[in-house]
Amino acid sequence: MEDDAPVIYGLEFQARALTAQTAETDAIRFLVGTQSLKFDNQIHIIDFDDENNIINKNVLLHQAGEIWHIGASPADKAVLTTCYNKSESYCFLLSLAPFTKLGSFALSLSVSLSLDSRVVSCAAVWRMPSDWETGSHESPDDSAHNPQTLELLCHLDDSAHSNAACVLWEPMGDGKRVISLADNHALLWDLQESSTQATVSSTATLEGKGQLKFTSGKWSPHHNCSQLATANDTAIRGWDLRTMSQIYCIENAHGQLVRDLDFNPNRQYYLASCGDDCKVKFWDVRNVQEPVKSLEEHSHWVWSVRYNHSHDQLVLTASSDSRLILSNMVSISSEPFGHLVDDEELSEGEDNHQEDKSKEPLKDSVVSTYEEHEDSVYAAEWSSADPWLFASLSYDGRLVINRVPRALKYRILL
Amino acid sequence: MDGEAVGSEAVSEDSGPGRRHRVHGMLKLYYGLNEEGKAEEQPESLDPCDINGPHFDPELFLNKLRRECSLAELMDQETCMVKQIRSLDSDMQTLVYENYNKFISATDTIRKMKNDFKKMEDEMDCLSANMAAITEFSARISGTLQDQHAQITKLSGVHTLLRKLQFLFELPARLNKCLELQAYAQAVRSHRRARCVLQQYSHLPSFKGIQDDCHAIMDKLAQELRQKFRDGGSSAKDLSECVELLLQLDEPAEELCDKFLSHAQSRLESDLQGLEAEIRPYPSASAMKDASGHRLSSTAAAGSPTYNSPKTSTIPSPTSNTDILEFIDRGCNEFVSSLCLVITSYQELFINHAQKGELASKNIPQMANGKLNAFVDDLAARYFSLVERRIQEEKGVADNSLLVRALDRFHRRLQAVTKLLPGSAVPNQGTEIVIRAATERVKQYLSALQSFYMDSLTDVRQALATPRLSVASASVAGGGAHLGGPASGRDAPNSLPELLSSLSASILNQIKSVLASVHLFTAKDITFSNKPYFKGEFCSQGVRESLVVSFIKFVCQSSRQFCESAGDKGGSTPPALLLLLSRLCLDYETSTISYILTLTDEQFLVQHHSPVTPVTTLCAEAREAAQKLLNHYVKVQGLIISQMLRKSVETRDWVNTIEPRNVRAVMKRVVEDTTSIDVQVGLLYEEGVRKAHSSDSSKRTFSVYSSSRQQARYAASYTPSAPMDTNLLSNIHKLFSERIDIFSSVEFNKVSVMTGIIKISLKTFLECVRLRTFGRYGLQQIQVDCHYLQMYLWRFVSDENLVHFMLDEIVGSSAHRCLDPAPMEQSVIEVICERG
Repeated sequence: MEDDAPVIYGLEFQARALTAQTAETDAIRFLVGTQSLKFDNQIHIIDFDDENNIINKNVLLHQAGEIWHIGASPADKAVLTTCYNKSESYCFLLSLAPFTKLGSFALSLSVSLSLDSRVVSCAAVWRMPSDWETGSHESPDDSAHNPQTLELLCHLDDSAHSNAACVLWEPMGDGKRVISLADNHALLWDLQESSTQATVSSTATLEGKGQLKFTSGKWSPHHNCSQLATANDTAIRGWDLRTMSQIYCIENAHGQLVRDLDFNPNRQYYLASCGDDCKVKFWDVRNVQEPVKSLEEHSHWVWSVRYNHSHDQLVLTASSDSRLILSNMVSISSEPFGHLVDDEELSEGEDNHQEDKSKEPLKDSVVSTYEEHEDSVYAAEWSSADPWLFASLSYDGRLVINRVPRALKYRILL
Repeated sequence: MDGEAVGSEAVSEDSGPGRRHRVHGMLKLYYGLNEEGKAEEQPESLDPCDINGPHFDPELFLNKLRRECSLAELMDQETCMVKQIRSLDSDMQTLVYENYNKFISATDTIRKMKNDFKKMEDEMDCLSANMAAITEFSARISGTLQDQHAQITKLSGVHTLLRKLQFLFELPARLNKCLELQAYAQAVRSHRRARCVLQQYSHLPSFKGIQDDCHAIMDKLAQELRQKFRDGGSSAKDLSECVELLLQLDEPAEELCDKFLSHAQSRLESDLQGLEAEIRPYPSASAMKDASGHRLSSTAAAGSPTYNSPKTSTIPSPTSNTDILEFIDRGCNEFVSSLCLVITSYQELFINHAQKGELASKNIPQMANGKLNAFVDDLAARYFSLVERRIQEEKGVADNSLLVRALDRFHRRLQAVTKLLPGSAVPNQGTEIVIRAATERVKQYLSALQSFYMDSLTDVRQALATPRLSVASASVAGGGAHLGGPASGRDAPNSLPELLSSLSASILNQIKSVLASVHLFTAKDITFSNKPYFKGEFCSQGVRESLVVSFIKFVCQSSRQFCESAGDKGGSTPPALLLLLSRLCLDYETSTISYILTLTDEQFLVQHHSPVTPVTTLCAEAREAAQKLLNHYVKVQGLIISQMLRKSVETRDWVNTIEPRNVRAVMKRVVEDTTSIDVQVGLLYEEGVRKAHSSDSSKRTFSVYSSSRQQARYAASYTPSAPMDTNLLSNIHKLFSERIDIFSSVEFNKVSVMTGIIKISLKTFLECVRLRTFGRYGLQQIQVDCHYLQMYLWRFVSDENLVHFMLDEIVGSSAHRCLDPAPMEQSVIEVICERG
């Protein structure tokens, strides 16, 4: 059972933002947002042809700025959100006045130009042009032809709250509600009129001493999507979206910064987190004193943790040690004893019987370590179409598509 | 010549065959039919020329001679033959003559004997006639005397009977008299003599009267004896006499045993109560005075031989009532010795004595033995429980010799019981108590060692913390936030190795002294030391495993706990302590463990071949602990520097910053702290191997070299025309350089430790830079900072290329994140950095 070799795709720019196209359940499709300060940023739509092991890409321009976070609507394939940095370097004309003020000082240092520029983090909802697919099919390899541009639906900023760290879509929702995390605020937006208008319906504010700032968050798919988990510094907090109040708090969840969170799709109280202490921890939010389980496989900060959407024992972690690790956490999964085989299936044939006999109780283990990246891996995502497939993105713009090893896949399935 | 040869042959043949035949006979007997014999016989018989052979043929012989020999030889042969024949003739004549003479003398002797026998026959006839006459006379005499003899016999019979009757009639009076004189023994003897006669003739009224009288008197006597027995005040000898007499009076032995034992029990009981009273006041120290008063009164009330109670009262020790030696002494002197006395006298009375007399038939020895054993077991159990309670109270580990001496005495005294009662379980139980006490003691020593270790760690912690306070306050003024840890390293240098050596020496001393104390248990002059347990299991399982090995394991384990507990909370343990412990564990691995175990094995010659933990396992454990501690140290120190770098990157507005004029203070701080960590680590760990680097004396050449490389990279990365080229160079670099594991295991040397710390710090710097956006001057500031770091950090690491590479990466990344990348002139950077 040879496993297929990983498929590698290189972007021209550095990149951090990766998401699966959530609403697309037929094609294996990932969206990547690039980070470049000098060129127009792009969104790469990457289609993976599973049968031929080929990648098809389409590029859409995202001229607003470098993309730090990307999220795909669960309802509409064409709608997505980005968090981006807008560097307002053009405003140096406006800053001539401050330049003259600083004039004497600047001249003494023989500096010819002084920039008073600002970098602003924004969030927005976009729609892909409807014909991006047909347009690219005509000349798939022609990178010279002008790529199409994303159509802006609305901004998710208001004057009071800016610096969005990430935007979260309501899981399995109708694509009408998003949450953006900006500084120390969590904003719940209602999108109206085919997402062209966004209004803040409620907000929650993190209060405490010092400059608190959300680093990441996750909208729980359980409890009717009424819960949100956020990370700031070393703490993880749970919020009730109906009252916008805190419901639990895991202080010092990690020794250092918490980088990412994910909810177990099948067990409502289970939550995975990762951070700068190189650890991945699994929590039962009903008991926040101790993690249920803690892994320490990476040799540097762990930036992303993702549960498989269907088989929650499979956990993917990405780290700045340039590695991607797939772990099999059977003991805390929703199927701790493996797949329960029906009696009918048992009587089907001898093959099944033999399989059963050879099947030992599975143990928590690292399934494999993927070392295709040569720079820090900041994002990893499971495909929404094929549960056995995942993509990872490293800073140098390398996207790698991998599959769960077949041996493990069959063990889980059979 | 030939004749001589033949002659010699003939002579030899003379003796040869005879001997040979004898030998043959024996051989044949032994082997059955022997083939060899035949083979040897055949040539002898077949040769017709053998002159001595049975098949000799003169004709053939002559022919042969004539045919084979020359004339001269024939002549010689002839003379020789003649000579032989002549000598044979003379021999025969001598023989015949000698035999004739002997025959003549024999005939003479026979004739003489015939005459002598005739005379003797006559004398014998005369003797038999005389004998017949004597027989006749004696028969006549006895016939005449018969009547008188019968009369005499009858008279003497009557006389004896009369004597007996007189004795009987006098018996009551005599018994009374004996009773008066308290000559019980005589009375009993007399009564026993008369008893059966009286029994036999009791149908006669007069005898009946005597018997009744006697019975009455004897009952009285028995009463008196019993009374005496019950009083018990009498000496052991009297007592035994009493019992003996009572036994002879057919008093039931069982009852007597019971009485005797219950009597003895009451006395021993009082001893035990005395002992118990000594323990009882122990639990409540506050009620000591009350209790001791109570104890005195209770011992007085017991009324036992109180020669010991004044002694206890004269030593009113302020903390505890009596020490264990005193207690055991008292137990031995009072209880055990009187127990022994009881056993001896009991055995004397009921067992040894009974075996001799007619009582043996009644199975009394068995019954008495059973009772005695039950009695002894019961009392001993109570005694043991008291002793055990007392031993359990012996908690302090200060003076082990006292306990050992006490146990020794306890055990030694019990040997007396063993001698008296060979089958008893008492000595075994006693040994078990000793064993339990020993194992308990070993446990106490282990916990004492553990608490000692923890205490010394606390001391070390304090020693590390005291100088730190002063320095920390000074450094806070300097403006650093997380500076506590490395600052301790700055002041500690002198004391760190000293602390380590004093810690390790004090632990070793403590172990040695504990071993010495425990060794007392196996000293030669201690009675229980030659028990199999103390020779084998105690040494291997008790001392080696549950004391020494457990302690070493504890050290490793507690060290490991420092890593785990501190892991999340960000280091409650001072890093210097981690470093020190790591070195301690490493020392343990390299030498101390094997030293301690050898010491133990030498002191406790282990004869017991039960599985013991091998040295290698312990060493591996210690090494693992050392590794873990060192890794943790690297992590903690790296984290402290990382935090500084991270804060410095995160809190600055890199877009709108002024042109760099000097190195940021944080970087100086980083270098300072790294240097102090380097010093700290250098105190405890060796330098280690580093890859050959460009001549370390000339920093200048190094910086030029690196700057040229940097320049080349910038040139590549800033060509705006080809976006694909952006990372080409760094990617190529990465292709050929090994993957760098940031939080990885380090080796036990300074360079490796420093490399680990610097790796962690620089990687943090890189990741933070990547999250920011830079203006032109921001980039230049990073350039300056990185150059500064490069100038100072390369010397700490094993491979300077690592520092170069990571710093290049930082500068490269910040160039990418720069809105207006215009790098600073290398020469300007150098000037700024050199300025400080």
